[in-house]
Amino acid sequence: MKKQWLFSGLLLSFLLFLSGCEPLTVFDPMGPQAALLKDVIWISIWTMLFVVVVVFIILIYILVKYRSTKTPSDYRPPIVKGNIWVEITTIGIPVLIIVFLSFVSVQSTYEAESVPKQFKDEEPMVIYAASSNWKWHFSYPEEDIETVNYLFLPTDRPVEFRLYSFDAISSFWIPQLAGQKYAMTGMITTLNLTATEEGEMQGRNANFSGEGFAEQTFNVSAVSQKEFDEWVKEVKNTAEPLDEKTFNKLLKPGHLGQKTFSSTHLDFSPPPEEHGEMSEEEMKKEMEQEQSDH
Amino acid sequence: MEFFKQFAVPNPTPTIYLSMVAIGLTLIAVLAGITYFKKWGYLWSEWLTTVDHKRIGIMYLISALLMLFRGGVDALMMRAQTSMPGNELLSAAEYNEIFTTHGVVMIFFMAMAFITALMNFVVPLQIGARDVAFPRLNALSFWLYFMGAMLFNLSFVIGGSPSSGWTSYFPLAGNELSPHIGTNYYMIALQIAGLGTLITGINFIVTIFKMRAPGMKLMKMPLFTWSALITNLLITFAFPVLTVALAMGTMDRLFGTHFFTMDNGGMAMLWANFFWVWGHPEVYILVLPAFGIYSEVISTFSKRNLYGYTSMVVSIVVISTLAFLVWVHHFFTMGQGALVNSIFSITTMAIAIPTGIKIFNWLFTMWKGKIQFTVPMLYSLGFIPIFTIGGVTGVMLGIASADYQYHNTMFLVAHFHLVIIPGVVFAMLAGMTYWWPKMFGFMLNERIGKWAFWNIAIGTCLAFFPMFISGLDGQARRMYTYSEVAGFGIWNLLSFFGALGLAMGFILIVFNVYYSARYASRDIGDDPWDARTLEWATRTPVPEYNFAVTPQVDSREPLWDSKYEGKTLFKEEIKDIHMPNNSGQPFIMTIFFFVAGFGLVFSMWPVVYVAAAGIAVLLFIRSFERDDGRHIHAEEVRETENNKRGDTR
Amino acid sequence: MTTEHSTPMEYSTETNALNIIGFWVFIGAEIALFATLFAAYFIMEGRIADGPSGGHLFVISTLMIQTFVLLTSSFTIGLGVNAMRLGRKGAALTFFIITLVLGAGFVGVEIYEFYEYVHEGLNLQTSAFSAALFTLLGTHGAHVSFGLFWGIGIIIQIVKYGFTPRTANKTFIFSLYWHFLDVVWIFIFSFVYLKGMM
Repeated sequence: MKKQWLFSGLLLSFLLFLSGCEPLTVFDPMGPQAALLKDVIWISIWTMLFVVVVVFIILIYILVKYRSTKTPSDYRPPIVKGNIWVEITTIGIPVLIIVFLSFVSVQSTYEAESVPKQFKDEEPMVIYAASSNWKWHFSYPEEDIETVNYLFLPTDRPVEFRLYSFDAISSFWIPQLAGQKYAMTGMITTLNLTATEEGEMQGRNANFSGEGFAEQTFNVSAVSQKEFDEWVKEVKNTAEPLDEKTFNKLLKPGHLGQKTFSSTHLDFSPPPEEHGEMSEEEMKKEMEQEQSDH
Repeated sequence: MEFFKQFAVPNPTPTIYLSMVAIGLTLIAVLAGITYFKKWGYLWSEWLTTVDHKRIGIMYLISALLMLFRGGVDALMMRAQTSMPGNELLSAAEYNEIFTTHGVVMIFFMAMAFITALMNFVVPLQIGARDVAFPRLNALSFWLYFMGAMLFNLSFVIGGSPSSGWTSYFPLAGNELSPHIGTNYYMIALQIAGLGTLITGINFIVTIFKMRAPGMKLMKMPLFTWSALITNLLITFAFPVLTVALAMGTMDRLFGTHFFTMDNGGMAMLWANFFWVWGHPEVYILVLPAFGIYSEVISTFSKRNLYGYTSMVVSIVVISTLAFLVWVHHFFTMGQGALVNSIFSITTMAIAIPTGIKIFNWLFTMWKGKIQFTVPMLYSLGFIPIFTIGGVTGVMLGIASADYQYHNTMFLVAHFHLVIIPGVVFAMLAGMTYWWPKMFGFMLNERIGKWAFWNIAIGTCLAFFPMFISGLDGQARRMYTYSEVAGFGIWNLLSFFGALGLAMGFILIVFNVYYSARYASRDIGDDPWDARTLEWATRTPVPEYNFAVTPQVDSREPLWDSKYEGKTLFKEEIKDIHMPNNSGQPFIMTIFFFVAGFGLVFSMWPVVYVAAAGIAVLLFIRSFERDDGRHIHAEEVRETENNKRGDTR
Repeated sequence: MTTEHSTPMEYSTETNALNIIGFWVFIGAEIALFATLFAAYFIMEGRIADGPSGGHLFVISTLMIQTFVLLTSSFTIGLGVNAMRLGRKGAALTFFIITLVLGAGFVGVEIYEFYEYVHEGLNLQTSAFSAALFTLLGTHGAHVSFGLFWGIGIIIQIVKYGFTPRTANKTFIFSLYWHFLDVVWIFIFSFVYLKGMM
């Protein structure tokens, strides 16, 4: 019996902690995507808590009532045949729960993958995030600057990250802004996120990528558009441009501190083709190429 | 000298050298011991050449326990390393090797072997058969598994262990990023062991379909047998996918092909897909037999028939079908878009429905029962709440959007351990304790067993509940260390204490085996738990022919009905019994497999050719062999039966 | 334990019946294996890197020879099993030998074909496509080659012992294997060669 109380106790303290004073990273969102995921997680926790509590109550009740020491020694348990209503309940309620959660899942997945509603009309800012063992290269094509292992993001502006990798599969993750997505070689994956609050955050590679994996982190600063523009200007004025030789040195496995450059590697080391749907133009090109092949 | 360099371990530390010496000394001690006690003949004729499913089951059991020890030590080292921020007990390279071998050893060599052990021992007895359909192949299966496991473990002392995770994702595991031979061990050892598993799968499907006692219709089979049947069907259709994936990985590494490489059109995502097309069914390959064991144990110790037999069977079948339709949930974050993720999210969560039905059926089996808190029952009762928590967090992970936040974090690690430990390890311990008297003729001590249970149950909760929190706080899995500011320290320290609790529990189990072997009564009768199914209708310990007379069955609980409803199980007279002969061929053949595997790991082609030729020759010998088995005469059977009866009843 | 007289000899003992069912289950596993190889091939088909594509390589003449040879061998082994059931050892042996000769012919043409591919600049290491193609064809070819040795073993046993329940059982299982390889070839024919040439 002690065991059940122990479980409930642990569970309770777990929940208390989750809703406690200092919020866990995932529950401390600084943008709409992470806030959405926080809500989804809480919906699922409460729903699942209901299931856990029901199972625990039935279990404890049965264990207390039908333990052999409580039943008379000549008691012989009956042969129990199934009851259709019991079956309908035990199937029906889980089905309802799963239908509800499926709805939540599909709806929130579509939402998490797209630009948040309030920023739908804005042109997103594009940042290329490329991982190489064990660092992150961030290229701002519009501003024509590049950073290593840190990010500056303007608040209230949707950002479209285009992710790829120079070697191992990495996972780009800033838990306070959005969920993670893989960066892989030979293709681009996209991640939409928007910071709505100013502040400092941590981002990291979440997918194991070898010896230096634990330290493959980066800093994220969400600042106002004005501050962001100032930062860009400063980088343009002070930082060196990035040439191919320097970049190849950066790609070598190892750790680097933060670095800043006033041009991107995209010019001499273009990113891989987009993943998924091809634009019409690309399609045409591909077809022409195929015809010339024959 | 150049030649020997390749066998050196890449990151040797004093600990590794010490372990090498310890392993060497143990090996010498074991060999010397066998020689001193003149046990080579016994070992060869009774074990190495046996084709008896019970002995093969016991060998699987011993191997599984050994591998549990290896994987458990790995786990302890991992938890010790991460118990404090910035700890320097292990380097990143060592930590990576350790979590890789922990995963591989626990899944392939511990859990798979454990379920195969119990299936081997129990299934033929439960269906009233004399052996499996192909006893010789059964021995081959075991030895393939054993040699695969040994080859994999050899990596620790010769050449170095793999270090790209038990999932071995490319391109990380490819030559470009892991030039070291460690991953070769992974690819080849798993290939050898996987072949053994596939043969087991085929063997048991035929056994269960064709060798049931007269009257045992499919819907009268005990649930453990049902779950074994479905598990083996899953094995037969899922393992070939792993075979192909491993073959491709091996070719990439040894022959420079471009399946999963970064250039020349290689596609690393294909590995991830193939791995999980096999890997998700694998989860159910492990957990379904566990469900079967719980069904048997809960029914036995509630003294009641299993509630909802039909819905139990249907839900196993539904789970096994869905198992092939959910693999994408292992990489929702690979960028395949909202539509694909939504579909797989729904299929994933749908599995919760049949699983939930099973949980409720177990609960209702205890309803109006007479619950006895024996050790096997305690594991089953501990399973229900812990597995429920593991299961509902699985549903949470199945919500694709939320998974973007859980993926690759300690939250995930907590989830799958809280599914696999109660879902597989508890079941195996329950099953082992439950069937132990049939295997060895004495019972395990209940008192020590209960102590072990509480250590393991509380240890599991303490080790894995904190990971939910550190995961939500942003701790990625497989990090060998973290900084103090991250604030994960306290949760990881709690986990470490939990791991110590688990270790204590397993030590108690080992002690229990020793203690019970020494002091437990041998006078326990044939049916010490007052059970319900056919395996308990045999003598204890089970004679090699299992049943003197084939039982005749007309209900789901034939033994119970014969005890309390006055039905007769054994109607025929004792006749001569046909038995297969022992054979050394499987053992010898798998030694060639081992040698060939070793040659492949180091690309030593002459070794590979010679060993492959050895395998081919043995196949030919087998094809030309004319072995019709032998007969045990009726008198001999009668005598054995009478002696055992005199002993026990 | 012998069952009724009408059962063919290859099914005539309990072990024999188990062997045949076991082999069917094994074929189930083989189907999963080849299905995976096909899936890999379809995914890799367009990933030719700098190497030639299937459309450039596949030649109708060798394909037709291979298909004809293998389909005929499947037919002759069927005739062989039929002769076995009629108890005509000589005829059965003749058909089995023809089957194996045709099988050897198939393997020969395949080796020639591979040689040509390498000549055209497609070897195992060229591209993802080449790896998937050689693995799929090679796995099938290796099965046929294994079958040749297996078949020789069985023919020796038939010569030595005649048709007994044991040899009949082995022969029948071998014929299942051979038919299965034929079916796989039909899939390779349609989904690798024809699709590639279109």
